Amino acid sequence: MITILISNKYFTMSSLFKKYLMALTGIVLIGFVFVHMLGNLQILLGQESINAYAHALQSLPLPILWGSRIFLFACVVLHAFTAILLIKENRAARPVPNEVERTKRAGWSSLRMGLTGSIILAFVVFHLLHFTTRNLYPEYGELETATGSPDGEMIHDVYTMVLVGFRIDWISISYVICMFLLCRHLAHGVSSTFQSLGLRSESWSSKLDLASKAYAWVIFVGFSIVPLSVLADKYGLISFYSHNSLKTADLL
Amino acid sequence: MNLTLKVWRQSGPEDKGRFESHEIEDVSEDSSFLEMMDQLNELLLSKGIEPVSFDHDCREGICGMCSLNINGFAHGPEDSTTTCQLHMRKFEDGDVITIEPFRARAFPVVRDLIVDRSSFDKIIQAGGYISARTGSAPDGNALPIPKADSDKAMDAAACIGCGACVASCKNASAMLFTSAKAGHLNLLPQGKAEKDKRVVDMVSAMDNAGFGNCRNYGECSAACPKDISLDFIAKLNRDHAKAKLKKLFS
Repeated sequence: MITILISNKYFTMSSLFKKYLMALTGIVLIGFVFVHMLGNLQILLGQESINAYAHALQSLPLPILWGSRIFLFACVVLHAFTAILLIKENRAARPVPNEVERTKRAGWSSLRMGLTGSIILAFVVFHLLHFTTRNLYPEYGELETATGSPDGEMIHDVYTMVLVGFRIDWISISYVICMFLLCRHLAHGVSSTFQSLGLRSESWSSKLDLASKAYAWVIFVGFSIVPLSVLADKYGLISFYSHNSLKTADLL
Repeated sequence: MNLTLKVWRQSGPEDKGRFESHEIEDVSEDSSFLEMMDQLNELLLSKGIEPVSFDHDCREGICGMCSLNINGFAHGPEDSTTTCQLHMRKFEDGDVITIEPFRARAFPVVRDLIVDRSSFDKIIQAGGYISARTGSAPDGNALPIPKADSDKAMDAAACIGCGACVASCKNASAMLFTSAKAGHLNLLPQGKAEKDKRVVDMVSAMDNAGFGNCRNYGECSAACPKDISLDFIAKLNRDHAKAKLKKLFS
């Protein structure tokens, strides 16, 4: 429907407007994943830290909490629909394909933005059902503790939920694979954002490409540390996480 | 050297088109790709077959007439080279070479390997000019232009409008051409007065011609015989955004 809205005869977007839209919604999402990663990493500081952080986020005033959620959702929807529109138009721009298709410069990540983007979108849906709405594992909602609570009241035990969640091998492994695809998406996406908005020049384009790749790897490592360390902890390779809370979880 | 050529044949814009294979013998490795095509056509004529139509003019790499997608590369596999400047020594004896037209909806095939690139003319007509009368050549340095600016404008002006950027782009986008033509004028004082109108009109003409959307792959610049930089695309993106914002707030 949005595709029809943005491409009808009363309002046609120029090719560059679509690029700006991709870039601007992209920037929001680039920023979001970084903040989300920093939030996740608090699990390394212990149960109290991550639980207090999660509780503080959940206790934000409703307009701020839901305002940001709706804003992020709108960015994802616009980003995805504009991408579909771009791909559709680009296919139409070459009706007879080349017999031999060769590539000189473009890398795997830049040529596969649609593929990585679609998988990331599916992952986001899974992730929300997994840890946010907890439809997939309703029992995660019953995990409660006073650790990290500001006033001693019982709060949701995010620490234990993440430990229990990531001790399932296939879940941790698919999370890491999806984070690798996100890393590939960002490797082209971040530098592409600057190019699309025109914030790029000869003198710093190579630095920008490097920074873009570095950012993508930081995101990959930052997100993968948690599931990988939980798995390593499960198999006794490291002893890092507090298992006290898991005993409670086993009672579930 | 002996070669097998897999050439695209299409009798006219309405024809579906197909590939035709021809064996060609005794090709000198010192001949250019177009000279090899001439040799093919002589061979076809001697056999009573219609020769292959292809575009060419100056044959010294500056006119922008020659095209051809050779083994999947616009103007062939060599960097910074037009088809006319590509030599047969870059190929091996016994090679199979696939020769296709520059394919894009905005470049309809006229016949065989000749495509109609007048969509580029439409982009130029939309703003690739300065409307003030410039008179005769001005005195040197009468209009001060910093060396860096004139060098950069010259880099953009080096575009010969061959269409390799469109042919090599996975999305058949004409952003490199449009950005070079707009950027060349926008960088110079004579072109600055009409900068905003120019970028908006040229982008709109480009969209209307049916080219695809840029996805920042950089294939255009890699195929460009004149090595036009992606910076000009960034500059066009920037100038277009500025022009639109100015219009919005004026």
